[in-house]
This record gives sequence, C-alpha cells and structure tokens, in this order.
Amino acid sequence: MAEKISILIVDDEESVRDSLFNWFMEDGYDVECAENAKKALLLLESREFDIVLADIKMPGMDGMEMHRRIRALNKETIVIIMTAFASVDTAVQALKDGAYDYVTKPFDPDDLSHLIRNAATHIALKAENEALKRKVTTLEDIDDLIGNSEAIRKVLKQVESVAQSNTSVIITGESGTGKELVARAIHSNSPRKYFPLISVHCGALTESLLESELFGHEKGAFTGATFNRKGRFEMADGGTIFLDEIATISPKMQIELLRVLETKSFVRVGGNKEISSDFRVICATNRDLRSMVKNGTFREDLFYRLNVVNITIPPLRERIEDIPLLVNHFISKYCTSMSRDMITIEPAAMKHLEKFEFPGNVRELENMIERAIVIGNGKEIKLKDLPMGKEAISSSVESLDELEKRHIEQILIKYQWNVSRSAKALNVDRVTLYNKIRKYDLKQQE
Amino acid sequence: MVSCGPFEKDFLRKIGQAVDNEFRIPVVIEEGHMELEPFYSPGRRQYDGNKLLQQVSSCTKSDYIKIAGIFRVDLFIPILTYIFGQAMLGGDAAVASVYRLRNELYGMKKDDALLLDRTIKEVVHELGHTFGLIHCHVSSCVMRSSTYVEDIDQKTTHLCHRCRKTFEEEGK
Repeated sequence: MAEKISILIVDDEESVRDSLFNWFMEDGYDVECAENAKKALLLLESREFDIVLADIKMPGMDGMEMHRRIRALNKETIVIIMTAFASVDTAVQALKDGAYDYVTKPFDPDDLSHLIRNAATHIALKAENEALKRKVTTLEDIDDLIGNSEAIRKVLKQVESVAQSNTSVIITGESGTGKELVARAIHSNSPRKYFPLISVHCGALTESLLESELFGHEKGAFTGATFNRKGRFEMADGGTIFLDEIATISPKMQIELLRVLETKSFVRVGGNKEISSDFRVICATNRDLRSMVKNGTFREDLFYRLNVVNITIPPLRERIEDIPLLVNHFISKYCTSMSRDMITIEPAAMKHLEKFEFPGNVRELENMIERAIVIGNGKEIKLKDLPMGKEAISSSVESLDELEKRHIEQILIKYQWNVSRSAKALNVDRVTLYNKIRKYDLKQQE
Repeated sequence: MVSCGPFEKDFLRKIGQAVDNEFRIPVVIEEGHMELEPFYSPGRRQYDGNKLLQQVSSCTKSDYIKIAGIFRVDLFIPILTYIFGQAMLGGDAAVASVYRLRNELYGMKKDDALLLDRTIKEVVHELGHTFGLIHCHVSSCVMRSSTYVEDIDQKTTHLCHRCRKTFEEEGK
C-alpha cells in the first residue's frame, strides 16, 4: 500500500467504534471515529477520508442522510452502510444513493476484511487510472511543440482552437517541421483523446497495400490474407486517423477516401459487410495540394473535404529564435533517455546552429543534437561535435579565395613545396599552380 | 502468559517456549483464576473479547512487559461474529482462545499437534500486535491476518524479515 487508506468509523455505540478501530489499526489503516453524523461531517470538512463506515441508525441524523451529505462534500469517498437490522429496502436505497456496499452487524471477520480490501483496491485502481490519464495527456501534450516565435505561437493557437472541434485538418509544412507532432497535439487536446490516434504513412505503401491497410481485409481476399484484419479506419473508431503524405495517394484511392469521408463507412477488401467507424481525419503533406488540384493530380472534391482547416508549419529557418529552445529541449530529452548528466552547449556551437539553414528542419536539428551528445565529451556540446564539420564551419566565415589559398598552402606543405606533385594532387597543371602561388603570395616557410 | 481455563502444563510450556524463541524475551507462565461470567453475552453465547482484554491488561504486573491471556471459550467483539484473539496495538495485553482453533469444531478429527501449532501462531500474532506490529502481507509471516483456521495453517510461527526488523527497531 503506497499511502495509508484512511477510514472513518461512525457509530453511536462505543464498543462498535472501539472494536472496528482496533481491528483496522491492526491492519495498518489510518483510522478515526465519530460518535454521530454531526461530528463525522465536521471531521470530513476538515480532512479527507477514503472510506466511511457508517451505522444506519444513529440519533440525530441517520446514516442514510449522512451519506447524502458526504456525497455532496466529496463524491469520491467510499461509504459503507452498517446496520444491525437487515432490510432489503434500506439496502437498495443505500446502494441507489451511491453507497459502495451495505453490511449487517455483526460481520464475519472474513467479510469485513474482504469488504475493506475490495474498497482499497477500488481506490488504488481509481488513483492509478487518474495517474495514467494524466501521464497520457502529458506525453502527448501541446507542450511538446517547442517554440516561442510568432510563427509557432500562431500554430499553437490554431491547434488549440481546432482541437475541440471535429473538423478535418490539413497540416502543411516542409519535411521535418513536426507535422505529426501537431496532429498528436490536436488529438491529445480533443475530446477524442482517450481513443486511439492511428497514423498511416500513405507514401510508404503501394495502392493495394494502402487499401488493405486502411479498410482491412477478409480472410482469403488475396494471397497471404490468411486471417481477417481490421483496417486503420476501423481501429480509429472514436479517435483520430492521421494520414501522412496524403498527396502521394493514387487517383483510385482518392475516390475511395472521399467516399469513406462522406459516409464514415466502408467495406473490407474481399468483404461485403458495410462497417461504420466514427473517426476524425487529419492529413499532412509537404506538397502544395492547391496546385496539384489545379494541374489535376489531386481531386478537388477531396481537397475541399479535407481542407476545412489548414495549419501551415513554418520551416525552422523562418523561426531561428526557436533554435536555442529546441536545442535545450533535445539536450534534456536525450540526456534523460541516455541516463546521462545534463550537458550544455558552447556559445560558438549555438551561434553556428542559429546560422545554419536546416533543410531537414527540426528533425535535422534533433539528429544533430543526439549525435553531438553521443560523440561529445559528456560535459558540453562543442562546435566540433556538430556533424557539418570544421570545413563547413569555416566556409561560412571565409571567402572562396581564402579557402583556396589555405587549401593550396596545405597541399604545398604536405609535398614539401614540390610543385609537380602538389599540382598533381590538386588536379591542375603546374602553370596554374604557379599562377595561384603568385596570386596568393604564398612563400615556403624556412 | 496467563492461562484462563484448564490447560495441560506441557501445552502451555511449549507455547511459552515458542514465544521466547520468537521474541527473545523470557516467558513466565501463570495460572489465572478469572471469573468469566461477567464477560458472557447470553444473546451471542460468546465472551466479550474487548472486556476480557481490559481485564487481562489490569492484571499486568510491573515485572512483566506484556501479558497474554489464553482462553478456552469462544470470543467475540461487538462488530464481529467471532475472533481468534485480540490485542492492544502497542499496548501491554493480548488475549487468544483455542476454542475456534480446534479441529473438532469443524467436524474434523481431533489433532493436538495442530491445535498447539495454531495456538502458538495465534499467541505470537497477538503479542506481535502488542509490540506495535500490524498485519503483514507476506504469506508465511505470523503477522499475516487470518480469519479462518485454514489461513492460520498457511503461515509459519515466525516473523518475516521486515516484521522482525520493525520489532527490533521498536525494541530499541
């Protein structure tokens, strides 16, 4: 038992209170007693109890009335009604009013132990359920979208407002900008969050595979279909389906998808039974769907069905002010997952990252940080730990002439100023090399 | 340890020895002459365990740190149909009865060895409570809660590692 279960005993008979008090104390519970309902309610106002064991017949206020008042104070408290006079009517009434159980005095010791043990299990399960719910929400929280730039704040605002509705959403953005993360954030903040979020990467599947993947198939529908299989639309019932790389689906699949979106029902491949599913659809693409509609490669009707809300995620180069936040987030993420002490990043390395174009966007930055943590010294990410290497770093501060000069000088040193061998290594003729030596005023060091 | 009712001396001696072994505390066995009638409940045809416990506690002498009363009669507490024993948690007194530990009560053949084993467990268990020990979840531990004789038979006469540690810490 992680935390002591607290029990309040309410009975006007002192001997009953004492007996129960001793019995529960021996079981290690946190026990208090009250001789009447009034005192019990006062106690309940000052602190919480997990279980209240209340006599039904007490002077002043009876157990049933007290139970109603306890429910008004805290609905979570488990109330067990005790009575010396068993009556089915009172028992039914107590249970109707939400009492956890009803017992007749005197109890069999085993019954009492079971009763409290079951109530304790109920409390533990409830607490566990709450903790898990919180954990799930935290895992897929909107907080996973890191950034403080105007552009990302606009995205977050859109996520927040669209999450509560049931409309279709298209998320656009370059590869690696975090389209799936946005889809997850929408799902986890929607009323559908306790149902699944099913992701399908349309670009990775052939037409027939995608069809079977989305709609499922019946046993014997095609070679290898040795059992019935639920499709992703069926799995997403109650939740959300996320169709990544939607622009890659074939014209035939576009028609099928449109039909499913309109009717919310479909037939498994090789089947004949219509299956209904209640899902929300979120799509993502790095292509311009509108121009695809114009040139006829994407159906206009499907586009308008999907594009109720459009969220565009800006590329990382357009929100460079988010880079330090993202870097720190990834450092913390990978240090935690690799069970390492938290490390820092040297200012020069951070400055360099802020200047980098990041064609692969946030994904590329994340990979860079992960790599730097793995190969680094374990204390600080240095410029040399970043994958673009020293040359790339130099190129950003040196002109082409300077780079050429330095390279020629290095080769000449390597071949002890043997012009023929150096020219061969540089893949130029000797005259060109002499001209370069003259141009850059290169001299052999003594 | 006070016997309240006719018990064979050897039976009591063996219980005392087991208690001594478990708690490493010398046990003195005395014959009690308690009048049980005031504790009898005619409505329930049982004896009030709470009141008997108070009575036993009042007999504590300064030479003894704990007192355990052993009875032959059927014990109850107001809220429960029966009890095997009762103790003051962290207090000085405990009571236990052999009445419901006898095989004959359940229509089975008399078994003196089993009765002794069950009584030892019950007395050690109740005395454990007087040392501040609460019910334990370890199935072999003598401090495991038992509501049926079968439960008592499942456990050993000894404290588990954790209860022993608690007992030793309480003793300090």
